[in-house]
Amino acid sequence: MIKLLKYSLYNILRTKFTLLYTAFLLLATFSIYNLDPDLAKVSLSLLNVVLLVVPLICIIFGTVHFYNSYEFMELMLSQPINRSTVFISQYLAVGLSLCLAFVIGVGIPMILYGADLALLVLLAVGVMLSLIFTGLAFLASVLTRDKAKAIGITLLFWVYFSLIYDGLILYLIYVFYDYPLEHATLAMVMLNPVDLARIIMLMQLDISALMGFTGAFFQDFYGSMKGNLISFGVLLIWILIPFYFSRRVFLKKDI
Amino acid sequence: MISISSLNKKFGKLHVLKDINITFEMGVSYAMMGPNASGKTTLIKSILGMVIPNSGTILVNGEDIKDQWLYRSNIGYMPQIGKYPENIKIGQVLSMIQNLRKDKNQYDTDLVEDFGLLQMLNKPMGTLSGGTRQKVSGALAFMFDPDIYILDEPTAGLDPLAVEALKKKIAKERAKGKLIIITSHILSDLDELTSHAIYLSDGEVFYNNSIEILKSETGEEKFSSSIARLMEWSEEKIKKTSIEL
Repeated sequence: MIKLLKYSLYNILRTKFTLLYTAFLLLATFSIYNLDPDLAKVSLSLLNVVLLVVPLICIIFGTVHFYNSYEFMELMLSQPINRSTVFISQYLAVGLSLCLAFVIGVGIPMILYGADLALLVLLAVGVMLSLIFTGLAFLASVLTRDKAKAIGITLLFWVYFSLIYDGLILYLIYVFYDYPLEHATLAMVMLNPVDLARIIMLMQLDISALMGFTGAFFQDFYGSMKGNLISFGVLLIWILIPFYFSRRVFLKKDI
Repeated sequence: MISISSLNKKFGKLHVLKDINITFEMGVSYAMMGPNASGKTTLIKSILGMVIPNSGTILVNGEDIKDQWLYRSNIGYMPQIGKYPENIKIGQVLSMIQNLRKDKNQYDTDLVEDFGLLQMLNKPMGTLSGGTRQKVSGALAFMFDPDIYILDEPTAGLDPLAVEALKKKIAKERAKGKLIIITSHILSDLDELTSHAIYLSDGEVFYNNSIEILKSETGEEKFSSSIARLMEWSEEKIKKTSIEL
């Protein structure tokens, strides 16, 4: 397992994509810090990078890399090596290298310019989103043999979680304006990791007042220790779900 | 020994393997033949666990291979088209597989030497010709001294010198009493290397007997003409069934 992981990581590092990604994150974070040294504003600007760019990069790179290492997996599977091991090491290699790129790219400027709790939470949220979207990329990849189709599915995932889902929530809130929707929105936020990450961050930044009564209600839930634990727990479940299903499909897949 | 019983595989609506029953005995070398898309490679990939059958069982040395992987250390597999990571070198492929397989630590490097791979260990896989890739596949299949060899069109794309080296190696392993399965369209190779004929047609076992019996049944003296006769028979059968339908 460890050896296979080592070879898989080696395959990724050779593509130099993760280096480019790290460089991009470094550049973005440095320029955000230099634009305005106020840590709250830095968090808010970085939040947009974390919520939009990180999932997109992870999901595209995850899919492309899965198809590029198809030959490698095929070679491994003709040897006395467990399918599950091949899959898990492949997932970990992609997930870990993307997380590492993120931690280095965003973390180094933080060490140099300083960070508060909100920024550290942002770092954790970014790592979890990286793993979630790597899992979704693998799920799309095992479901179809066609690389173009898989990339289409992954983009659909991204658009859905980043854009469409918010629209749906807003629409529901608008339609059921006359009803108390606090609990319903709370539940709906849990069903989208990107929204969940956004709310976790907004609660850290003390700007929930801008969101009116719902904001106060969210603050009451997410601001508490229990709420924080639950929301991070839900993110953890979001990491496990795509991983679990993609592994299951891979075990039964014809290579 | 490999025993396959009532094996079925469908790719969507396409029924690729239809109720296959074959037993491969140790010490016998099998020629697996059949037209393109008759299910040869799918059958081989099922034995290797790369294709998951819809129903039926495959026993390798008496053990069901379903969800197993350790049995593959007894099998040397040479794929029809060897696929390798593009940017990794020949030497790295060989050492990687050696490194990952802790079940064997004695390496049979006869073919690495005979194929002249030692001189090009630093060439990236992506730059290799089809024949050289095939040489790497062959070298890997024979490297771990398995009991069973499954060679899917082993001589396709190899130069005559390499073909001779490979045949010599196969003959040597055959003499040790190992089980060898070869698929090929080159009948002269099969004639030299095998003693038992299996003919697949449209996903079914059309013929399964020793080559001696095949020759007497077809009334032909030469292997190639008896196979030609076999092909005619299977064509006739397909025509007949399609008329009945």
